[in-house]
Amino acid sequence: MDENCKIYSVTELNRIARMTLENGIGEVWVEGEISRLTRHASGHWYFTLKDEAAAVSCAMFKQNNAMVLFHPKDGIKVRVLGQASLYEARGNYQLIAHKMEEAGKGDLQEQFEKLKAKLAAEGLFDADRKKPLPMLPRKIGVVTSPTGAAVRDIINVLTRRFPNLEILLAPVTVQGPTAAKSIAKAIRYLNKVTQASRLHPDERDARATLGIDLLIVGRGGGSLEDLWAFNEEVVARAIAASDIPVISAVGHEIDFTISDFVADLRAPTPSAAAELAVPVQSELENQMTRLAARLGGSLRNRALVLREKIPGFRQSMNQSLRAGLQQRQQRIDEAALRLTHELKNSVTIQKQRLPSLQQSMRHALDSAVKENAQSVMRLKAQLRALSPLGVLDRGYSLTETADGTVVRDATAVKKGDRLKTRFAKGSVTSEILSKE
Amino acid sequence: MSEKTIDFEKSLERLETLVNEMENDELALEEMIKHFEEGSKLVALCSKKLTEVEQKIEKLVKKGDGLSTEAFEAAD
Repeated sequence: MDENCKIYSVTELNRIARMTLENGIGEVWVEGEISRLTRHASGHWYFTLKDEAAAVSCAMFKQNNAMVLFHPKDGIKVRVLGQASLYEARGNYQLIAHKMEEAGKGDLQEQFEKLKAKLAAEGLFDADRKKPLPMLPRKIGVVTSPTGAAVRDIINVLTRRFPNLEILLAPVTVQGPTAAKSIAKAIRYLNKVTQASRLHPDERDARATLGIDLLIVGRGGGSLEDLWAFNEEVVARAIAASDIPVISAVGHEIDFTISDFVADLRAPTPSAAAELAVPVQSELENQMTRLAARLGGSLRNRALVLREKIPGFRQSMNQSLRAGLQQRQQRIDEAALRLTHELKNSVTIQKQRLPSLQQSMRHALDSAVKENAQSVMRLKAQLRALSPLGVLDRGYSLTETADGTVVRDATAVKKGDRLKTRFAKGSVTSEILSKE
Repeated sequence: MSEKTIDFEKSLERLETLVNEMENDELALEEMIKHFEEGSKLVALCSKKLTEVEQKIEKLVKKGDGLSTEAFEAAD
């Protein structure tokens, strides 16, 4: 044995071995099957990770296993992030597990991206699916843990902004393997109660006298694992199916979850969600007061303006009335004047026409008399010309026998007969001396 | 969304429209009076809606098979 050779104690050896393991291998992801899982009363987990050919002891301490998002049991394949180490007291080589995921699912970031892409492809994040938030919610459902800062912040901000508001808290687990299911169930339940209260508004249900207008779903800040429930499909589906508008409020400003994408509105923090949820009541009241004042004011102003115009209106009305009357009076006067004038004129004209009428009447009478006299004379002459005596006048004579028969034929008389001859003036009787 | 909340939002919008129209000086007096009457009703309605709900903070609790509610006091 070499004098210079260092002799190690067992403790020293194990320490060196531990350091060598820890420094040489460090933190690594290891995939294998769980066996002989023991959940110790201390809260720590002990199990073996194995594959077909090998096995390694594992320990997962309480603060780390609280973050595990599923329920590990013997026989399932897991992926463990752990530090290779050595349990010095026994010299046992082991893996101190820090994180554990179900194998085959990919890591959390991968799962997140995969679900996000899937739901986006289904259109669950589309802007046109987003429901508008009510301006004045009267009952707000809050789905979060009943303990912790988030619920306090939400209630404080809500009641500060709008003191008379109904808040219904649905207490849920927001972290760990049961969280997602619990959150989804609460969202569905509050929707069911609200729907029932809408269908039967008269049935005063003690659980919901009034439908819930708005849901705030969320929790305070934490690690990716802490917030994981809000990245699970079951929660996303429950939010998407909610008839009640949902504000998602998970973690801090920088944390984005699937719930945020599906929700109708993403709030950066739970307090911000409460601020987005309700208006400030006093501001609304002020707004109402201002509107009421403007309403009355505008009418009063108009009334004032109109009232000021009234004297002017009255004056111009009187004026126009007077002017109208005057004009009419004038027209009447004018008409009357013209009427009498016309009358006078026509009398004068008639008067003037009278003497000439008389004259022409007399004239007509005269000429009629004269004309008649002439006609009488003319007729007399005609009459005279036509009478036999008239013929005698022209030198002819009329011969009659003694018995008065007019002699037209010499054979009708004989020698010795006496004939009476009439002349125009007087007559003679003569005797026929001979006949030729 | 409940119909009552839609009412408030619509009422407020309508009220603002009425007031703006009245301030435009283009309305006939008759119309203004009608606007005023409608607006006054809306002011009363909206003001009522702002105050009609009473504050209540409850939480769901398991009770037997079903769920019930009880007053919630946030722990400080």
